[in-house]
Amino acid sequence: MNPKLSPKIEIDYKALDLKVGLEIHQQLNTKHKLFCNCPTLLVEKEAIDLFERRLRPTQSELGEVDIAAYFEWKRGRVYDYEAPRNASCLVETDEEPPHMLNQEALEIALAIAMALHSRIVDEVHVMRKVVIDGSNTTGFQRTAVIALGGYVDIDGKRVSIQTICLEEDAARKVWEKGRHVGYRLDRLGIPLIEIATGPDMHTPEEVEKVALTIGQMLRLTGKVKRGIGTIRQDLNISIKGGTKTEIKGVQRLDLLPKVVEYEVLRQLRLLEIKNELLRRGVKEEDIRFNPIDVTQVFKKTKSKVILRAIRSRGKVLALILPKFKGLLGVELQPKRRFGTELAEYARFWGGVGGIFHTDELPAYGITKEEVNKLYEVTKANPETDAIVLVADEEEKALEALKAVWERAKYALRGIPKETRAANPDGTTRYMRPQPGAARMYPETDIPPIEITPEIIERAKKLIPEHPRVKIRKYVSEFKLSPELAQQLLRTVFIDLFEELAIKYKDKIPATVIAHTLTSTLKSLKSDGVPIENLSEEDISEVIRLVAEGKMSKEAIPEVLSYKAKNPKLKMEEIIEELGLRTIPMEKVEEIISKTVEDLRKVILERGERAMGIVMGRVMSILRGRVDGKVVADIVRKKIKEIISKG
Amino acid sequence: MPDPLPGYIGKLRDVLQSLEASVGDRIRVRKNDGFVIEGILMPRERLYAKEIIVIKLDNGYNIGVKFDSNTIIEKLGSRVEIKGIEKVKPLRKPELPNLMIMSTGGTIASRVDYETGAVKPALTSEDLASLIPEIFDVANIDTDILFNIFSEDLTPKHWEKIAERTAKIINEGFNGVIVTHGTDTMAWTAAALSFAFRKLPVPIVLVGAQRSSDRPSSDSAFNLLAAVVTAAKAPFAEVVVVMHGETGDSYALAHRGTKVRKMHTSRRDAFQTINDLPLAKIYPYAKKVEIINNRFRKRGEDKEVAIEAKFDEKVALVKFYSSIDPEVIDFFVDKGYHGIVLEGTGLGHFPQRLINAIKRAVEENVAVVMTSQCLFGRVNMYVYSTGRLYLEAGVIPGEDMLPEVAYVKLSWILAKTRDLNEVRRLMLTNIAGEINPRHSVNLYPRWPHEP
Repeated sequence: MNPKLSPKIEIDYKALDLKVGLEIHQQLNTKHKLFCNCPTLLVEKEAIDLFERRLRPTQSELGEVDIAAYFEWKRGRVYDYEAPRNASCLVETDEEPPHMLNQEALEIALAIAMALHSRIVDEVHVMRKVVIDGSNTTGFQRTAVIALGGYVDIDGKRVSIQTICLEEDAARKVWEKGRHVGYRLDRLGIPLIEIATGPDMHTPEEVEKVALTIGQMLRLTGKVKRGIGTIRQDLNISIKGGTKTEIKGVQRLDLLPKVVEYEVLRQLRLLEIKNELLRRGVKEEDIRFNPIDVTQVFKKTKSKVILRAIRSRGKVLALILPKFKGLLGVELQPKRRFGTELAEYARFWGGVGGIFHTDELPAYGITKEEVNKLYEVTKANPETDAIVLVADEEEKALEALKAVWERAKYALRGIPKETRAANPDGTTRYMRPQPGAARMYPETDIPPIEITPEIIERAKKLIPEHPRVKIRKYVSEFKLSPELAQQLLRTVFIDLFEELAIKYKDKIPATVIAHTLTSTLKSLKSDGVPIENLSEEDISEVIRLVAEGKMSKEAIPEVLSYKAKNPKLKMEEIIEELGLRTIPMEKVEEIISKTVEDLRKVILERGERAMGIVMGRVMSILRGRVDGKVVADIVRKKIKEIISKG
Repeated sequence: MPDPLPGYIGKLRDVLQSLEASVGDRIRVRKNDGFVIEGILMPRERLYAKEIIVIKLDNGYNIGVKFDSNTIIEKLGSRVEIKGIEKVKPLRKPELPNLMIMSTGGTIASRVDYETGAVKPALTSEDLASLIPEIFDVANIDTDILFNIFSEDLTPKHWEKIAERTAKIINEGFNGVIVTHGTDTMAWTAAALSFAFRKLPVPIVLVGAQRSSDRPSSDSAFNLLAAVVTAAKAPFAEVVVVMHGETGDSYALAHRGTKVRKMHTSRRDAFQTINDLPLAKIYPYAKKVEIINNRFRKRGEDKEVAIEAKFDEKVALVKFYSSIDPEVIDFFVDKGYHGIVLEGTGLGHFPQRLINAIKRAVEENVAVVMTSQCLFGRVNMYVYSTGRLYLEAGVIPGEDMLPEVAYVKLSWILAKTRDLNEVRRLMLTNIAGEINPRHSVNLYPRWPHEP
């Protein structure tokens, strides 16, 4: 049964009434964490102090629990925490009540709120938002609304701000193995500002532009963290006829348009699947939860996954999805099929490794004969029905198939309300169902904070400069062209630029630094150089070497490119290896003198027109190691000497 | 009737009252800067009473809105009373032991009212069956609420009540009793019960929580499960405190009631055994008890319960401080106290200038016992002349007893006898494991000194 789907979807965002809202989370660069006196730094070394905990969902008065939370608990999830001594204390380990809210963080957040024309609340109340995936040792995230409403104007268009929150960042997940998840506590408690916009963006490009503008404003405070992972974007996306989906954790700005596009694509495809199912006359009651034990079929299978499950006394269970044939193989996003979504439900709710389905079989060691036998044993219709297989402990396999069954039934209704996580390629994966509203209650350990005129006065001093002001400053103070200043402002390197430009004020023109941070990195990237391997330290190091005369500025692109491809090498080693170390002036003079001497005859013949030949010869030795202009000056002088001496 | 507007004062309270508003109602607030907000009226903590309205927004967050003469409040609707959940009585399994969980205060289990943020204790067995169902795999459990008092407000009168009720429960045939207790004074009650139960056929387990039960990371469920496992399976019939053994959720420790002390203000593993080993390690998830100290009364060794649950409240505990005045001692003697426990320095010393005051106390038939602020180790008053002076004055050396335990013991003894020779004899007799005659080297913990 071939599904009747459009071969390629042309997306008309306007017709689809695309609505996207952004939630930007930015770490603040405060001296201390939000609720304790630990510094806000990340530790790369594994900590000595380790402990394990479990979390239990709190029940409401109505006996309600967050369903995803309940499942995590029921599955016996164990969280293994690492507590680095220099970046965590008893507050992060949930062994001491939180200290008072960090005033510095509050003032920065209020300054940003003012810059966004948001109405600051009169009194801040810290709340507990229940999160029991282990990323918070308490089982909740401490968060507070500090301002409501506001707007930001972008290219003549006004984008509304809904809420601005100040909250604590979560612990870093460092590994996962079976029931155990490992977290490091250094990141837990770092202050975050969360800015939520209204659903005012209508094209994928607009989303990127808004994120860029707000991000730039945050960086202009000079009080936010920089580098990978310090800013994260969440999205909520809806289209006409679809469902509002939350997408978490987009770390790269340039990925935003793609994430939007792929989500729209996914929803359109799911709607097509729905229509196809309706066309085939499938009704919800036709899809029954009737798992069949088909372990016998696979007694002699060559599939390693199934064999391993059977050997450890597991079972192979099958679920028939009537008239679903062909639909599980439908691609929703690049390389992600409807079957992939079913597998993710099986993994999340059943804790199994994955599923097999007949739209992808025979494959993975499962033969045509086994598939035929499967249809025979289950009495499913090989022409119209799809079968989903799970091989695992019986209980887990049942939970997994139940989740598959629920999700498959939902296909008839459309698109489930989900929280999804962004993949590095812009596609998304199922994370959990969207949490209900009943998961927020007051943090009674922290008294409410009245926003007094004194606090507001202090915050006013931190309001970020308008980009225009900054550009003017860069032009007058650092002698950048307005265009270059503007380009620079669009990067994440404002702080780094200022730091380097001031540090090497008389040693290297600020334009060189600005170019490195803008066009150099950009062109390296378009050449396919993995610039994500370059840290701010690497860039600072290169600039330092140029400033100290140890390499020439012409060599910057080559050195950065080499470093990006060989991240383990030290910068000085790279210069050595590439032969780019600058040579002392005496040596340069010596080389030029020798070349001029060698070419004496030519020079005498041609006079000053010999310049080209001499320069060619000299630069073949000195290129990238000495500024070309300096070489040319010396060569010209020497040629003149020879000519005048005759 | 409870206050419908807790924490609201002044003009704001008047306005809310005139609207007949109460916490949980839906309201709208308008300010003259054009700010309008809708949500649910929330209570204010009394301590932070101010003319600020707390509103829960539809996204779940609370914010405070300042009230002034230009603020307009409207009531949009009343709170819809929510019905509690349907409660299911847990099934009794005849093969399992029968335990009683008796609560004295604190909330070992609770539910959150997300509407108002209130935390409601959940103490019946039906509540426990839905909140901590695992405990019913170990035992059949009944519940009893004795009282609900902050643990710092408990007095020897409450110890008597707890002992009497516990004895009654055991006489009804229960195989163990769990007493839920606020952690601040749990060790004091544990010591009191240890002395009170002269004959005890089953374990009495005190348990509490260092993180409140309304949060997902609470230690209450872990501790309660460990307590249930102890009461159901431990081979001893002792009064014990069962709490986290380390910061993680790996094992709990069962501490002897006379040797346990709360040693940290906030950590889960705040309770530690001093000058002895705990009796057992408890693995709640594996439901296992591992004995690590064999000095105990065996379960079932006593065939019946016998209690002596009287405590003399005329006992004081006086801690050494550098400027201490002899009048401090005189005060208690003049007030007719029957006993004083001194928490002295080092091996058991008090300033020489107090010797006459102490002499007078003893002469007036006040029992004086010496313990040490060091907590670790034993007093020995023969080593220095000051100690000998105090011994001569009639002070009873308190061996390796914790000051609080010596206080409880003296109060228990004085309720039976005021004969100082008898008091001395009993103080120096090991009655409930409060004296450990042997301290091996491992009993003193190592404190960190590596960076």
